[in-house]
Amino acid sequence: MTSFVLQVVQTLLCIALAPLVTGLVRFVKSRLQGRRGPSLLQPYRDLYRLLQKEAIVADSASWLFRFAPYVTFAAVWLAAAMVPSFSTEMLLTPAADLIALVALLGLARFFTALAGMDVGTSFGGIGASREMMIASLAEPAMLMMTFTLSLLAGSTAPAIIGGFVVGGGVGLEVSLALALAAVVMVAIAETGRIPVDNPATHLELTMVHEAMVLEYSGRHLALMEAAGMLRLLLYMSLIACIFAPWGVAQPGAGLGGLALGFVAYCGKVAAMAVALAWFESMIAKMRVFRVADFLGGALLLAVLATIFLYVSEAV
Amino acid sequence: MIGNPSLLDYLPDARRVALHRPWPRFLLDEAGWRHLVRQLGVSDWELLGVWAEAAEVHCALRDETTGDIAVASLACKDHYPSLSPARPAAIRLERAIRDLYGLVPEGIEDPRPWLDHGRWPRRAPLAATRHDPPAGPHRYKFLPVEGNGLHQIPVGPVHAGIIEPGHFRFHAAGETVVRLEERLGYQHKGIEGLMAGRTVAEAARLAGRVSGDSTVAYAIAFARAVEAASGAEAPPRAHWMRALLAELERVANHLFDIGAICNDAAFGLMLAECGAMREAILQANARCFGHRLLMDLVVPGGVVCDVTRETMALLGGLVKDLRPRFEELVNLYDESPSLLDRTVGAGVTAATLVHRFGAGGFVGRAASRGLDARRQPGYPPYDDLDVAVPVYAEGDVHHRVLVRIDEVRTSLDLIRRILDEMPGGPLHRPIPTRGGEGMALVEGFRGEILMWVRLSEVGRVVRCHPRDPSWFQWPLLEAAIEGNIVADFPLCNKSFNCSYSGHDL
Repeated sequence: MTSFVLQVVQTLLCIALAPLVTGLVRFVKSRLQGRRGPSLLQPYRDLYRLLQKEAIVADSASWLFRFAPYVTFAAVWLAAAMVPSFSTEMLLTPAADLIALVALLGLARFFTALAGMDVGTSFGGIGASREMMIASLAEPAMLMMTFTLSLLAGSTAPAIIGGFVVGGGVGLEVSLALALAAVVMVAIAETGRIPVDNPATHLELTMVHEAMVLEYSGRHLALMEAAGMLRLLLYMSLIACIFAPWGVAQPGAGLGGLALGFVAYCGKVAAMAVALAWFESMIAKMRVFRVADFLGGALLLAVLATIFLYVSEAV
Repeated sequence: MIGNPSLLDYLPDARRVALHRPWPRFLLDEAGWRHLVRQLGVSDWELLGVWAEAAEVHCALRDETTGDIAVASLACKDHYPSLSPARPAAIRLERAIRDLYGLVPEGIEDPRPWLDHGRWPRRAPLAATRHDPPAGPHRYKFLPVEGNGLHQIPVGPVHAGIIEPGHFRFHAAGETVVRLEERLGYQHKGIEGLMAGRTVAEAARLAGRVSGDSTVAYAIAFARAVEAASGAEAPPRAHWMRALLAELERVANHLFDIGAICNDAAFGLMLAECGAMREAILQANARCFGHRLLMDLVVPGGVVCDVTRETMALLGGLVKDLRPRFEELVNLYDESPSLLDRTVGAGVTAATLVHRFGAGGFVGRAASRGLDARRQPGYPPYDDLDVAVPVYAEGDVHHRVLVRIDEVRTSLDLIRRILDEMPGGPLHRPIPTRGGEGMALVEGFRGEILMWVRLSEVGRVVRCHPRDPSWFQWPLLEAAIEGNIVADFPLCNKSFNCSYSGHDL
């Protein structure tokens, strides 16, 4: 029963928190640039505004175009709800498997890309082809990282890996650090942040994710935007759960433990949002074809993590 | 250049027009014009502009060797031999002439309309005879590209950001651009038609609105052309005031460009910082001169603003404050490898093309063409100021940024010197009501603006032609992006920052 309640809380929490995280990143970024910046609550207002608006659909759009926002949003939301945030005692925790997460995100991406191409505008096509190029490079790195972690902890479930890290595997920090670097790089690419993509650009020709959703409006766009915000929170939760699992309420924890877990989770996410904003302020976007080098680097780091693991075990 | 006459040796066979100042104008007959086109093929005379009247075509040329400038004219009824076989830069100007005046260039490679999109109430609105209204918006035929796996990407004229309208048609193989074709004219305001018949004062206001970001440079160009036509000269203090305004405008625009280029590489910090510095200048402008963009301050005969002890102190303090802030930003630019990775080697313009098209400003100076109207032909007060002109050979986005950085430094120094050395005296001298023709070359922040004006005996504008520097820069953008990737176009485009409004007239 507790696990069911906690799961419901977690599911609602991530949808409630995701716009705030995006707002925090934007806010910190504008402060770093010397601007006042929009309010932290602006993403909520944006979503509300979009939901009020009429959804305009192109004449050439098929059912897929209307269908895609719901699938995308649902898949990302489910994925975000599966990653343990403040407690590991949740209904979906046993199902929260890194490979399942990758599959859910892949499903969302697949439908977004299809929808981008569906209307037949050139920007949608460009965005979809770039997104697929990035995905084809990011997914191997992500799976390699999963592989390393599963070798370490004997499981692909984030909660168990987190538990293993808290337990303190001795001498495994090198592998863990390399895996962390790899997952951060993948996360930057997957969430469409600088230097891979620029979420704030108005330049159609440079867009990746934005180009695919360029034709959306009204509630459809709101769902796509919300899915983007959820994806950012998801990766932050995942990194927090695996690499910084301290404070997470373990099964059987009381109300105090849950509160502590919640505060710790918020602190971790906020710290990551600030770090992301700082990083994005200090770096320019890379040329489209440099993304291959960037994600190749992520794959390499993940492979190195595995190798170091064997080396350290042999020693 | 053995056997090639200089421009002024070549032209005097023709009839020289009285009252065209400061450079001579010669009337050619059709045979003479044809010969001139052939002569252009073997000489290094550079095309400064081509414009028309109801029954006359003019072209301004500059001899690169001697620096002499002259205008050649041909009276023609409905057609004239095109200059474009010898000077490709003339193609779009001649297409615009045909759209506006109905004069057909013979032998032009590209006969498609340019400014006229088939939506004007009548064709050739400035022609001597009345033309019929168009049948309707015509289908513009873009240049064909054939081959396997090529696709088209139409961009604009409505863009996702708040920028001027222009249409870009990409032919791409995957991400690689095979050809970019521009289509402009969406900003056509009918400036040339509006100017005709106006008083000089009214026309000066219009001239200041051809391209709003260069309003000071355009106003100076118009004022100098009118002063030349009527044989007047502005008082010395007015020249110095004009230079002060022009340099303030140049710094503000360059700062914004530098920030915007970096922002197109998603480096928002530079845009925020540069935007703040530009805003400081605009606010100082408003406080000192009453207008943020310095519109309508330069008039024929002088200026209608002055500096007092307080405003001089304010501007001096501004320059003193901006200099270290700017150097900090330059350091940030230099020390951001991720940013340099985008700008270095991107969007290269070949020096040969820059020379062939006579492109000025940062586009020319980044690719080894170091002409600056402030030095050559030069005009007061810059003759006394010895302006440094940065020149680089590489011609990429990075060097277009470097040219702007150098020019901001130069202009900040110039503002200081102008404030220190500003002479006293009157600010305005009424211009005599007298007919004549005048021409001026003035350096705006984008490059050389040409202004040609003919005044009637009662002091009204008969014909005025402003030629924006962008006419010779837009075609080079098409060349710069070829073989590059689609995603780098916005960056290249921003580094050119051509004017839509100034070009579309």
